[in-house]
Amino acid sequence: MEEKRQNNTIKKVLKYVKKYWGLLLFSIVLAFVSVLLSLYIPILVGDTIDEILGMGQVNFIQVKRLLIGSLILAVITALCQWIMNIINNKITFQVIRDMRKEAFAKIQELPLKYVDTHPYGEIVSKIIADVDQFADGLLMGFTQLFTGVVTIIGTLVFMFSIHWKIAIVVVVLTPISLFVARFIAKRTYNMFRVQSEYRGEQTSLIDEMVGNQKVVQAYTQEEEILEKFDDINEKLSEASLKATFFSSLTNPCTRFVNSIVYAAVGLSGALSAMNGGITVGALSCFLSYANQYTKPFNEISGVITELQNAMACATRIFEFIEEENQVLEGAKIIDEADGNVRLSQVCFSYVPEVKLLENFNLSVKPGQRVAIVGPTGCGKTTVINLLMRFYDVNSGTICIEETDIRDMTRRSLRKNFGMVLQETWLKAGTIADNLKMGKPNATDEEMLKAAKASHAHSFIKRLPNGYDTYISEGGGSLSQGQKQLLCIARVMLCLPPMLILDEATSSIDTRTELKIQEAFARLMKGRTSFIVAHRLSTIQEADIILVMKDGNIIEQGDHDSLMKKNGFYANLYNSQFITVQQ
Amino acid sequence: MKKLLVYLKDYKKESILGPSFKLLEVLFELMVPLVVARMIDVGIDGGNKEYIIKMFFVLIALGLTGLISAITAQYFAARAAVGFAKKLRHSLFCHIQSLSFSEIDKIGTSSLITRMTSDINQVQSGVNMTLRLLLRSPFVVFGAMIMAFTIDVKAAWIFVVTIPLLTIVIFGIMLLCIPKYRKVQEKLDKVLEITRENLTGIRVIRAFCREKEEKKEFDKRNEELSVVQKLVGRISGLMNPLTYVMINVAIAILVWQGAIRVNAGVLTQGAVIALYNYMSQILVELIKLANLILNMTKSFACGNRIQAIFEIKPGITKESGNINLQDGSMTDVFVEFKGVHFAYEDSREDALSNISFSVRKGEMIGIIGGTGSGKTSLVHLIPRYYDVTKGEVRINGKNVKDYPLVSLREKVAVVLQKAVLFKGTIRDNLKWGKKDATDEEIYKALTIAQAKDVVEKKEEGLDYVLEQGGKNLSGGQRQRLTIARALLCEPDILILDDSASALDYATDANLRKAIQDMKNRPTTFIVSQRTSSIQNADKIIVLEDGELVGIGKHEQLLNHCKIYQEIYYSQFKKEA
Repeated sequence: MEEKRQNNTIKKVLKYVKKYWGLLLFSIVLAFVSVLLSLYIPILVGDTIDEILGMGQVNFIQVKRLLIGSLILAVITALCQWIMNIINNKITFQVIRDMRKEAFAKIQELPLKYVDTHPYGEIVSKIIADVDQFADGLLMGFTQLFTGVVTIIGTLVFMFSIHWKIAIVVVVLTPISLFVARFIAKRTYNMFRVQSEYRGEQTSLIDEMVGNQKVVQAYTQEEEILEKFDDINEKLSEASLKATFFSSLTNPCTRFVNSIVYAAVGLSGALSAMNGGITVGALSCFLSYANQYTKPFNEISGVITELQNAMACATRIFEFIEEENQVLEGAKIIDEADGNVRLSQVCFSYVPEVKLLENFNLSVKPGQRVAIVGPTGCGKTTVINLLMRFYDVNSGTICIEETDIRDMTRRSLRKNFGMVLQETWLKAGTIADNLKMGKPNATDEEMLKAAKASHAHSFIKRLPNGYDTYISEGGGSLSQGQKQLLCIARVMLCLPPMLILDEATSSIDTRTELKIQEAFARLMKGRTSFIVAHRLSTIQEADIILVMKDGNIIEQGDHDSLMKKNGFYANLYNSQFITVQQ
Repeated sequence: MKKLLVYLKDYKKESILGPSFKLLEVLFELMVPLVVARMIDVGIDGGNKEYIIKMFFVLIALGLTGLISAITAQYFAARAAVGFAKKLRHSLFCHIQSLSFSEIDKIGTSSLITRMTSDINQVQSGVNMTLRLLLRSPFVVFGAMIMAFTIDVKAAWIFVVTIPLLTIVIFGIMLLCIPKYRKVQEKLDKVLEITRENLTGIRVIRAFCREKEEKKEFDKRNEELSVVQKLVGRISGLMNPLTYVMINVAIAILVWQGAIRVNAGVLTQGAVIALYNYMSQILVELIKLANLILNMTKSFACGNRIQAIFEIKPGITKESGNINLQDGSMTDVFVEFKGVHFAYEDSREDALSNISFSVRKGEMIGIIGGTGSGKTSLVHLIPRYYDVTKGEVRINGKNVKDYPLVSLREKVAVVLQKAVLFKGTIRDNLKWGKKDATDEEIYKALTIAQAKDVVEKKEEGLDYVLEQGGKNLSGGQRQRLTIARALLCEPDILILDDSASALDYATDANLRKAIQDMKNRPTTFIVSQRTSSIQNADKIIVLEDGELVGIGKHEQLLNHCKIYQEIYYSQFKKEA
């Protein structure tokens, strides 16, 4: 099972690498050349030593020639190595760039349900930490695996050419180190996975707590959070210790096998030299080969542990990349909707056990203002989630201009809606960047006009750099109301045919709100809008007021008719005067 | 980075034992060429078969002791590195928690997260590698040099010249790389930032069909990261080839010298082989060292980034005052603002200017004003989320700066505008207010906060598990739970910062009534946009552009305060 999963991961990694096969091939050739040369140099040195027999028995001309030859080769080797390093670096960083790119693109394709139900930190940890870890492993793999393999083959050839009997000793003994390495690697793979998981868990906690540091401090919860943090920290460090220690066993173990090989070569070589089967120079050369031959086994085993870790990370990344995408979209494109919206027999719930909307019907004519009111949790926001296709209906249909929204492209659906939510979201960047989000090619005049209409202009111009003021993630020290004004200005700038305001003005004072509404009324002439609000003054002017309770519409009509009805809405409306009468 | 090493303090034993055992291993390894030289000189030249076999077993024994020392060394190194990282993470987390609002605003969440995660991981693996190999490599290098001296002093001088040259090259490359690695981490911050943004703002991004643009922006940042990474790779990739050439030059000189001296009868052939072997060992070691140095360089860059956070001193420290909240003179005035000015850091203008007012114990104070008029800033000064720039805020006759921060914040409960809840059960979340709260107390708080039905509707009741940010509740439900959480603190001062905006009027009215009926009614500040929420308050403060433009009861203000009239009639124009 585990093994199959690993193999799958390797296949997927290879798919990313394939794109760079030309470079890869070149790198392998370079590895081949540099290794062969670096193996040939000891032969030259060995030959040189053979020319240094003893007092008065040194052939200086020959020594000089051989040494210069070895130096030239060394320079060529170094050049090959450097170019190879550059190529390997390039491949690795391009591969992880591609992976990050794909993972990020995935965020844009995921159904909202996934994002709503997974901690941000976990996803972030995959895209940042796991990919980094993977890069480390991959780079090591590239630089050491090829040279390692080539070195093994090369030294084998050379050793056999020098003395085949001793070479056989080496060949028989070295695979032991591979067995040892494999044995350890197999057992450490899971430890790395556990470590990776705890890391994800810790990142989630950090993300959640650091992201809401202000609340933590407001409740002086620092110590409790720290306790929780330490708890995970402890688990992580235990897992980390295990993974680090056991994986680090590989190297000493294989090194031990190597020293056995080395001793065996020494023994058999020395014995054979006594019988004159091999020269002393050749033996010294052989010993250095034995060292060089076993070293890659060592390195490869080191690489294997690193690769284990990398594969564990890659598996997590691929799991994410392969998450199910949101349902395919239709192909119809409506450029500018006329504003007809019809919901018929819509049923929806987030979890099957808890029913929310049932047989929900609504028909909106172009230019109508629809307000949705009702107690919290009655499904108001859900209606908006469905209109925007953040979630899909379980049954029934939602049509715009008589076209089922599932037959349209998401882009064309959403381009027809302008949305302002209670949860203001601004990105790190200048005010202007944020305002132009919906219409990147807007001119500064257009932007200014929208900002003025939404009454954001007066506070923006007081900021240190006006429209070019940089705001950090989450809006920095802007007040909630100011952020809402920016969100409204953002929508006013792109001015879509239909509008959704979900508690969009809840933090804005009523005077400003009135002015904004006037601006909206002017701009939105003939455009359909949906408004969710608690503040009844916000919705009084609506054409249709839907009063919702527990997923159903219980009353429907305009303000006056609903007041006359003296039902739920009238009650709600009158409740705002209770305090006055007290 | 240096300062971070204090976190190794508790692992002194491990940090010393680890490298020591490593040295032991090296020692045994260094003896190998000597043994082989003896094998050749004594064994082969002397034709002594038994000697050769004896030496073979010596080699095996050396390998075995080397193995045991190495395993011990790895164990201690891993323990020290992991323990170090644990301590470091703990301290950094503590430090981040001690930072005040202005510092957090400035650094940004994403950057804090990369430092807590990716940077620390890098430092951990750096420390581990360092403990394992750092001592080993110089020891092998210098050990080889000393061994060379025992063979032939003159030949050994070649080692003496080569080693400093190698050191210069290695450190030069390292120094070139450190700033580049810092850049890598900075670019990584940017990648993290956009990733987070796209998760938190996923609805808005999709609503504006910004997916393509966001992808483009991400690709840009991703590419920038990749470019810097490749640049570092090119520089650091030089290390191995350069040292390789240098060593080979040294070997050539060594053999040439050897040849001369053998010819003169000063050296034997076996000795030349041994010298050559030592030089080769240095080469092998340097290749390992190069990897280590790269790792260390990265760790240095990351360590410095962590250090930078430690160096940001919290603007508001816990140890500020030592006066007990109850100690203040029991004057009639409970909360008092005296000529308060306040400006956010990096801001040109005052967010609040010259605010003075006083409040009696148990009063309910309404604060109203236009968007951005400074309502939130004003209430944030009471629990010292920010400090005033001029003037003073007093509680019980004493400056808030004279109280210990923790006890001040325990007595002042603030329900922030953004209703934040955390992953965990409802009970866990509410217990933030009071650690040892009983279910009875919790239900009492829930009842006052009008949130009892939120819990009762859930099958699991208080054990209902909330997702991160309370995503599985509606805005109004979240707000009521955060109010309940604040009430559980049993605060002396309760601040509701527009925290009932998602509640309908009836619920809002019931909430206020319930608070007024509480036995130990806290002094309550209500920031609101709705006049109905505050018109019954004992005092209403009207703010406009950071200035106090009216204070008094509803009727007074309605008669005299122009701004208040405007706000009121914008909501009740039909009655007007």
